[in-house]
Amino acid sequence: MAEGTMSDNRLLEVRDLKMHFPIRRGFFWSRTVGHVKAVDGVSLYIREGETLGLVGESGCGKTTTGRVILRAYEPTAGEVWFADRYMGWVNVPSLEKQEVKQLRQNMQLIFQDPYASLNPRMNLLQIVGEPLLVNGIAHGKELEDRVAELLRVVGLRPEYMSRYPHAFSGGQRQRIGVARALALNPQLVICDEPVSALDVSIQAQIINLLQDLQGDFGLTYLFISHDLSVVEHISDRVAVMYVGKLVESAVTEELFVNPRHPYTEALLSAVPKPDPRLRDEPIELPGEVADPANPPTGCYFHPRCQYQVERCAIETPALREIAPDHFVSCHRAEELNLTGVFGPTE
Amino acid sequence: MENNHLLLEVKNLKTHFFLDEGTVRALDGVDFVIKRGQTLGVVGESGCGKSVTARSILRIVPQPGRIVDGEIMLYLPAQSNHSTLTNVVNLTRLNPRGTQIRSIRGCRIALVPQEPMTSLSPVHTLGNQIVEAIVLHQEVSQAEAREKAIYMLDLVGMPQPSRTIDRYPHELSGGMRQRGMIAMALSCHPSLLIADEPTTALDVTTEAQILKLMQRLQQELGMAIMFITHNLGVVARMTEHVIVMYMGKVVEEADVDTIFHNPKHPYTQALLKSIPRLGQRTRERRRLESISGSVPDPYSIPKGCSFHPRCSQRIVGLCDQEEPPNIEIGPGHKTRCVLYR
Ligand SMILES: Nc1ncnc2c1ncn2[C@@H]1O[C@H](COP(=O)(O)OP(=O)(O)O)[C@@H](O)[C@H]1O
Ligand SMILES: Nc1ncnc2c1ncn2[C@@H]1O[C@H](COP(=O)(O)OP(=O)(O)O)[C@@H](O)[C@H]1O
Ligand code: SF4
Ligand SMILES: [Mg+2]
Ligand SMILES: [Mg+2]
Repeated sequence: MAEGTMSDNRLLEVRDLKMHFPIRRGFFWSRTVGHVKAVDGVSLYIREGETLGLVGESGCGKTTTGRVILRAYEPTAGEVWFADRYMGWVNVPSLEKQEVKQLRQNMQLIFQDPYASLNPRMNLLQIVGEPLLVNGIAHGKELEDRVAELLRVVGLRPEYMSRYPHAFSGGQRQRIGVARALALNPQLVICDEPVSALDVSIQAQIINLLQDLQGDFGLTYLFISHDLSVVEHISDRVAVMYVGKLVESAVTEELFVNPRHPYTEALLSAVPKPDPRLRDEPIELPGEVADPANPPTGCYFHPRCQYQVERCAIETPALREIAPDHFVSCHRAEELNLTGVFGPTE
Repeated sequence: MENNHLLLEVKNLKTHFFLDEGTVRALDGVDFVIKRGQTLGVVGESGCGKSVTARSILRIVPQPGRIVDGEIMLYLPAQSNHSTLTNVVNLTRLNPRGTQIRSIRGCRIALVPQEPMTSLSPVHTLGNQIVEAIVLHQEVSQAEAREKAIYMLDLVGMPQPSRTIDRYPHELSGGMRQRGMIAMALSCHPSLLIADEPTTALDVTTEAQILKLMQRLQQELGMAIMFITHNLGVVARMTEHVIVMYMGKVVEEADVDTIFHNPKHPYTQALLKSIPRLGQRTRERRRLESISGSVPDPYSIPKGCSFHPRCSQRIVGLCDQEEPPNIEIGPGHKTRCVLYR
């Protein structure tokens, strides 16, 4: 691992990650007829204590990226470097089974669906206490005390410990999921659309909770969401994906005010603004998102891009740093004058 | 208001569900009007009664639900060209399986649902389903209906409509299925299109396409739209007049600019403060102001103002006792809150 990355306080660094799922046909003699390129070139890093937002439309590979980082899948290619509290810098895909178990203590996941992600037959003590029990960290009275404390931390009454998930609202269930994720005091929490299924008034409660916990426990978040307003609010830096590729990443204010990739520009303009005095016409993208099993040549965005030139259909643009901490993969990034949330940039 | 501008008038509508656990007062006295060609936004959090309102108007409230009180007046232009008279029908009085409501449903009032996959039959092609809808309401042959269906698919921006018409729903993307639903809904030129969260299941760039399409079609065809959504951005972009619902009641109603720039009901104010807005981080970094607690369960609507347990401006001894009256505080601006008495 390069020393530069250590001094820069990085906790996670993903390099040119690829996750291709085979498409099989036939039942007895199934053969691979192609690949879904769910993740097809993602490079990103997260510094300790910061929140990196990962945005993009459904199917672009956000969840898969999160799962490969957690080693739920073996990637097709690429590296996932993590500064584990105990093991030091490790490349996650090359860890041994025992080491993965160790890693999981320091990397946790919060799911989108607060209804489907909790076992309905387990009470809160069992749900929140399970990671502590399984890892031999606490049991008996001590376990109960730890769970009570965790419930208090996420804003739930410890008296609820013996209740089952069905007795709780969506927002409360998401708090339960957060308590469980925090049980082992993880370094990195991957939040996969944690507020997407919640009503707006409850969304705000959970966002505030996640921000408070980050301050209190020095957590680092990978915050996956398709909602650009939420991502802007919570993230220190933001990375944008399109059809399995990372197309742009930058410090949040920079990305929203000064986008350098045409897809980021289109995404920002498509968000309906909650103000009837700001009814500007969104940039209309022609056609539909490309099929990750059969992506276009060159830049995957070129068939829909209003700025495309001949080169875009032939050559795949590489992700490059065009300003400090600002990465973009577009052939024309330097010359284009794109529009951010406050209008055209200079 | 001139009566000939009026299209739909909902008065004191109460739709309840009678379950073993108790009675859910899903709609608990809902009032609003829709004018011809107007876009009315209906906003509120899940469970507040938006879909039940739509279903009550269409008379498709499922068992064990029932309209228990109120009126839904539909003002139809007279059939004759020379007369400016309107026919008035009280939809609550119709037999929900009778011929009259069936000719209104789909023909005068059409629905675009949130998830087209659950409304489209998976075993029939998109085209057959549109053709069936056309033949049901219009006196045309199968061949003419197919022509019309292709025309409608073209109108909603479906690529290669004469080929897409023979596709099955699962062969289409979410955006294309929603275009198909809109084509079907508009095939009889309804006076009112009820769109129930039509873009909630779609991604932002597809949503932008569908919203633009609906705006264009409204300009071309002139129908009124009742646009149901929980997304305040979509309301701001699409609607002229807005009703805000909370626990089966309309708590505030006003033109869209007033709702966003001069909201009066504490719930409307709180909702607007709880959402993150694009560009805000750069302007001023602030915490989101969340609304405390959550929507109470529907069997036990709180006494007095149903929002009072969550309201930061409540007056103890008043808000938890008395049901607030509907107060007119400006032209077309009404709210149910004792602060404005
Ligand atoms: N286990 C899997 N097997 C095959 N294809 C998958 C698998 N998981 C995800 N995909 C496909 O990979 C693409 C990216 O999916 P996902 O990572 O879930 O996207 P997102 O979270 O951005 O919506 C999609 O086309 C999806 O259908
Ligand atoms: N089929 C049903 N049976 C019982 N209760 C129902 C049914 N449909 C709706 N409700 C109840 O009516 C209330 C309003 O629901 P709905 O109109 O679907 O809300 P939304 O505003 O999210 O569209 C909710 O409390 C819901 O639980
Ligand atoms: S590389 Fe070309 S097609 Fe791709 S985003 Fe840039 S200008 Fe558009
Ligand atoms: Mg996902
Ligand atoms: Mg609904």
